Amino acid sequence: MGQITLEKVTKSFGDVEVIPPLDLTIQDGEFTVFVGPSGCGKSTLLRLIAGLEDISGGTISIDGQDATSIPPAKRGLAMVFQSYALYPHMSVRKNIAFPMRMAGLPKDEQDRRIAQAAEALNLTDYLDRRPGQLSGGQRQRVAIGRAIVREPSAFLFDEPLSNLDAALRVGMRLEISELHKRLATTMIYVTHDQVEAMTMADRIVVLRAGHIEQVGSPLELYRSPRNTFVAGFIGSPRMNFIEGAAAQALGAHTIGIRPEHIDVAAQDAPWQGTVGVAEHLGSDTFFHVHGTGLAETLTVRAPGEVSFRHGDRIGLAPRTQEFHRFDAEGLRIA
Amino acid sequence: MATRHSRSAARLMMAPAVILLLGWMLVPLTMTLWFSFRKYLPMRGGDLGGVGFDNYVRFVTSSAFWPSVQATLVIVGGVLAITVTFGVLLALLLDQPIWGQGIVRILVIAPFFVMPTVSALVWKNMFMDPVNGLLAHLWGFFGAEPVQWLSQAPLASIILIVAWQWLPFATLILLTAIQSLDSEQLEAAEMDGAPPLSRFGHIVLPHLGRAITVVVLIQTIFLLSIFAEIFVTTQGSFGTRTLTYLIYQRVLESQNVGLGSAGGIYAVILANIVAIFLMRIVGKNLDA
Ligand SMILES: Nc1ncnc2c1ncn2[C@@H]1O[C@H](COP(=O)(O)OP(=O)(O)OP(=O)(O)O)[C@@H](O)[C@H]1O
Ligand SMILES: [Mg+2]
Repeated sequence: MGQITLEKVTKSFGDVEVIPPLDLTIQDGEFTVFVGPSGCGKSTLLRLIAGLEDISGGTISIDGQDATSIPPAKRGLAMVFQSYALYPHMSVRKNIAFPMRMAGLPKDEQDRRIAQAAEALNLTDYLDRRPGQLSGGQRQRVAIGRAIVREPSAFLFDEPLSNLDAALRVGMRLEISELHKRLATTMIYVTHDQVEAMTMADRIVVLRAGHIEQVGSPLELYRSPRNTFVAGFIGSPRMNFIEGAAAQALGAHTIGIRPEHIDVAAQDAPWQGTVGVAEHLGSDTFFHVHGTGLAETLTVRAPGEVSFRHGDRIGLAPRTQEFHRFDAEGLRIA
Repeated sequence: MATRHSRSAARLMMAPAVILLLGWMLVPLTMTLWFSFRKYLPMRGGDLGGVGFDNYVRFVTSSAFWPSVQATLVIVGGVLAITVTFGVLLALLLDQPIWGQGIVRILVIAPFFVMPTVSALVWKNMFMDPVNGLLAHLWGFFGAEPVQWLSQAPLASIILIVAWQWLPFATLILLTAIQSLDSEQLEAAEMDGAPPLSRFGHIVLPHLGRAITVVVLIQTIFLLSIFAEIFVTTQGSFGTRTLTYLIYQRVLESQNVGLGSAGGIYAVILANIVAIFLMRIVGKNLDA
């Protein structure tokens, strides 16, 4: 169980309205990612669901039951914080045991769950250490362990991987995804990294300034972004936006084309430009092309072996069926 | 980093401070040691020659010695208990966002800036005086017999005065410690189902452990030598004669410098035992 419904939820700090009225339903067992630029209210929304902040208006229900005035501990949710928030003076075992101790679980049940969580998270050898003696990734796993043993109806993660280095982040990303497959529990995951959002989510909620811009599966957002904000936010590198005559020819104010949908063509290509920076990733190469007369820079993704250098002339052929069209308000034209 | 030249220059520049400090400590200590082995009665014949360990034996065998050790320990223990307990409570209170926080904090810190002699006099004459004191009026207001604070509860009165002076220090150190507690830890504990009292016991108090040890250590070293508060209130009567006060009486009232010096050396040894003991605790706390 773990269906969470927000109805007309608002949040203000003083006179500043951080979350304008917002409706959202998160289905049981779903992996939902809140994504958006810094300061858009992702953490605030998560803390409202957790009960760590009081909502200014609206209702939150969990499994159909109004949870608006239920204290955080009674909501049956577990949270993993960005700073891990481990208790520094307790051993790993005691940290993991803490929520069960508070719930008054019998000792042998506690030990059983600790052993199980430690096994699943590769923590068995570290149970008697203090958090200060662990690496960042291990601390992260302890924090997750402490959340698992409560057997919550939903997990809340607030940018849990942002303190880890790139390699570890990829590893932990997989571990969390596997955990979700295994437990099949509702998870809400906050990040500002769209790659994390795309790779982990069943459903992505894109936020801007407290507004939900779009909700959908990763591929839905990728294929049919509802507006230019979502189009620019989802996908890496960013979508190219072209205004002016080229857009009007297609009956739009702005057209967008993703870098992977532009081919490098040697001769008689529809677009011509000069290569600025070429980023070689091995598998792919990203060219930043200037002087096309369409936009200041066009980003193009080409196979790794294609070699143009700074200052070379380059011909580009967009795949016309992949154009996204937007009106003057930035909304998608179907 | 340091070349030989810059090292010797550094030594040269540190020398005045080091020499001054050494002189400051070593000269009085050596003199005390020297006098403690002599029979020295300034008004009654002056230096009457060496007496070996006679002064040391006489100091501890005098009937006033053990009661003075006991009084010292009671005062130190009482003040520590009060300052740490109320220090934690006040720090918790001051950490809350309250109206006029800045002013309240300054008011709480203020007693620390009052000289011990002055604060003892203020307490003695304005609060504890059985006729004119505020406390006497308070008692009178409720129809109770005013308490003769300094004669009926002399140790408690002195503990109260000294604790009032040291409470700001404890509060200040504990407040900074509380402010350094990561709020996400408290939130995590809240989500883990810990009620407020458990959060205090399991998260806040362990976090404060180190700060409390530091408060205890520093205060103990200063409290072992309190003098002014006793001098201006009870003059060491009614069982408030601490080790420091006993030494003062031996030297100035009995004019027996040798005996007082021996007591002084005992006090030095006692303070060092306490210091080593406390250093160990702090050391262990810092390692953990
Ligand atoms: N306690 C608070 N008091 C006042 N304003 C706050 C408070 N907490 C957050 N805000 C404001 O609310 C807005 C949203 O903050 P929030 O922390 O939810 O952003 P976020 O999306 O999590 O950003 P980030 O990706 O940087 O973590 C910000 O503009 C922030 O300044
Ligand atoms: Mg945040």
